Amino acid sequence: MAFLTFRGGVHPYDGKELSKEKPVRELLPGKELIYPLSQHIGAPAKPIVAKGDHVLAGQKIAEMGGFVSANIHASVSGTVKEIKKVRNNVGAMVDAIVVENDEKYETVGFQKADSLEALSKEEILERIKEGGVVGMGGAGFPTHVKLAPKEPEKIEYVLVNGAECEPYLTSDYRRMLEQPEWIIGGLKCILKLFDNAKGYICIEDNKPDCIAKISEMVKNEPKIEVQTLKTKYPQGAERCLIYAVSGREINSSMLPADAGCVVDNIDTVCAIYRAVMAGEPVMDRIVTVTGEAVADPCNLKAKTGTSFAELLEAAGGLKQPAKKIISGGPMMGFAMFDYHVPVVKTSSAMLCMTEDDISEKEPTACINCGRCVNACPARLVPSRLATYSEHGQAELFEKHHGMECVECGCCSFACPAKRPLTQSMRSMRKMVMANRRKPK
Amino acid sequence: MSELLHVSSSPHVRSKVDTSSIMLTVIIALLPAALFGIYNFGPHALLLILVTIATCVATEAVYEKIVHKKLTVKDYSAVVTGLLLALNLPPKAPWWIAVIGGVFAILVVKQLFGGLGQNFMNPALAARCFLLISFTGRMTDFTVPGGAWGNIVDTVSGATPLAAMKSGETVDLLSLFIGNIQGTIGETSALAILIGAAILLLRGIIDFRIPVAYLLTFSVFALIFGGHGLDFYYLLCQLCGGGLMLGAWFMATDYVTSPITSKGRIVYGICLGIFTGLFRIFGGSAEGVSYAIIFCNLMVPLIERFTMPAAFGKGGKKA
Repeated sequence: MAFLTFRGGVHPYDGKELSKEKPVRELLPGKELIYPLSQHIGAPAKPIVAKGDHVLAGQKIAEMGGFVSANIHASVSGTVKEIKKVRNNVGAMVDAIVVENDEKYETVGFQKADSLEALSKEEILERIKEGGVVGMGGAGFPTHVKLAPKEPEKIEYVLVNGAECEPYLTSDYRRMLEQPEWIIGGLKCILKLFDNAKGYICIEDNKPDCIAKISEMVKNEPKIEVQTLKTKYPQGAERCLIYAVSGREINSSMLPADAGCVVDNIDTVCAIYRAVMAGEPVMDRIVTVTGEAVADPCNLKAKTGTSFAELLEAAGGLKQPAKKIISGGPMMGFAMFDYHVPVVKTSSAMLCMTEDDISEKEPTACINCGRCVNACPARLVPSRLATYSEHGQAELFEKHHGMECVECGCCSFACPAKRPLTQSMRSMRKMVMANRRKPK
Repeated sequence: MSELLHVSSSPHVRSKVDTSSIMLTVIIALLPAALFGIYNFGPHALLLILVTIATCVATEAVYEKIVHKKLTVKDYSAVVTGLLLALNLPPKAPWWIAVIGGVFAILVVKQLFGGLGQNFMNPALAARCFLLISFTGRMTDFTVPGGAWGNIVDTVSGATPLAAMKSGETVDLLSLFIGNIQGTIGETSALAILIGAAILLLRGIIDFRIPVAYLLTFSVFALIFGGHGLDFYYLLCQLCGGGLMLGAWFMATDYVTSPITSKGRIVYGICLGIFTGLFRIFGGSAEGVSYAIIFCNLMVPLIERFTMPAAFGKGGKKA
């Protein structure tokens, strides 16, 4: 059988066997939980609690600060200790609410929905918005905005992204094995919003157990289908996934909705299910703690606000010194210089590497081999674009479609001269975007 | 934490393939042709190979030392250049020709233009052409030196099979394929070269597009303009004879001097086929392949310019 795929991509060492077989364990947090007000793309949330307030688990502690924004909820019961600036997992200083855990885990009363049929489209969206659901695959785009395109009747494909193409990550894998009913339930909630859409749960062929399990569960669902994807990085990148399943191409100036598609990650769909049906906001997520340096790699159900340091402790700590600790996977994750930072809605993994491939080899001259061109899913010529970036030639960079780069990292991975191609393009893209925002 | 954590922008992992591993694979892939050359032509061929490689590496090291550049001999690219140049020398060439060729290839063609990745012509081929022009007699003397180990088929005047064919003699196709014939050290055995080519293809070092487009175009050209009609014996002799196999698989595929785009590689291969056909069938010189390749090297920037791929979502079908 020919599996669905895209052109380009690479095959990095996947490292998933480290944590793949470890069922999800629940991790109870320590005394202090930190909730950054910016866990999503868009305006930071505004705090609605003050120092000294008592809060319950599931209570909204910060509300949307704009149209593209998301609510934030406490994940434990306790007292608001302070609101201060903290460092987040990508190294920036952000405002955050600090809650002292009273370890009683008292929750607010969640408003369960009787049945999906009883809910209107507006009610579904309202529940998703209220629950603070954002894209939990890493981007953190507020889901209620994504699910409210201008012309909902034009949406034909609802894609549940279970590719999990990023090496080492197994949180979506465990989710698919352990809570497939949440995924299907969440997908049904989304499908209710789009009358003309069909749902596709897209899984890479390296997870045959998930494919078999979910296929069996949806065999009587006329509007839901499982799609098998070829295992290749970055199969789960939004544009690659849309192309693989629907054959449609979108570029940087388009939204998936322009191609009649909506893409949501596995954990996001689960969060949608819980927000819509159980009325529970996003309070936890599955984090894979893994890497060669970790004593006991595992998948943890961690409450948002828990420190990464506690995750590492729960995984038995480091068995050998880590050179690099990454929030997320090795291809697109962020290297942290300090791991005393809180788990947020988009934290999918903590990866502790014993080797740092990047600092080991100095970049050498480009030999024009074309490996970056073959690897680029956006069909660019990264070696040239990186040179334009290094020379500060923004015009040439844009002319040769540099802004179509999705920063997936394939070119840097493939480059035999070890040139920092993705990195150069990333800085140029930032510069171009900053210039575009400047008032003319 | 006793040690500071490293931070850098993603991605954090890299493929194991690097420039030196690629060059080493090319060297390994060239070994069958080199060993056959030594077997065919004797110890002098071995001497020439060693002298050329040593000259290339030494030239690179000395130049980089003098101009205070980072030493790059460890990437083995100079070894590849040296080996390729040696395989393009006639078996009886004097050692000093090898030295001059090596210095020219590395110093003039490669380093003066900025070193690895900057040369616009294949250094080994440019050096061969330079030697051909400067020492035409010695560079076209294909008689076999004394001490040959192989049972090489010695035609009358030490003519290469292609020259023999042009003057109307018949050549033995099997000898042409196996390579116990006259020619430069590394070009005679199509078999040895194809073994090397298979290594390069299987290890993903070269793109099949260039050699396949090259050989197909040349075949079509030879069948149409060769004056032999649909004569496959003639065609196979043309394919196995001369430097075509070595050129198509090892020199036309040189990364630095071939286009980076997939479409460009096909165009480049087609250009090579046409020019090789022109030079071989209508031209007077025996080194059609070498001239065709360095000529097409010059067209690479132009080819790349017109074959830039359309970005994803920009050129293809839209929803």
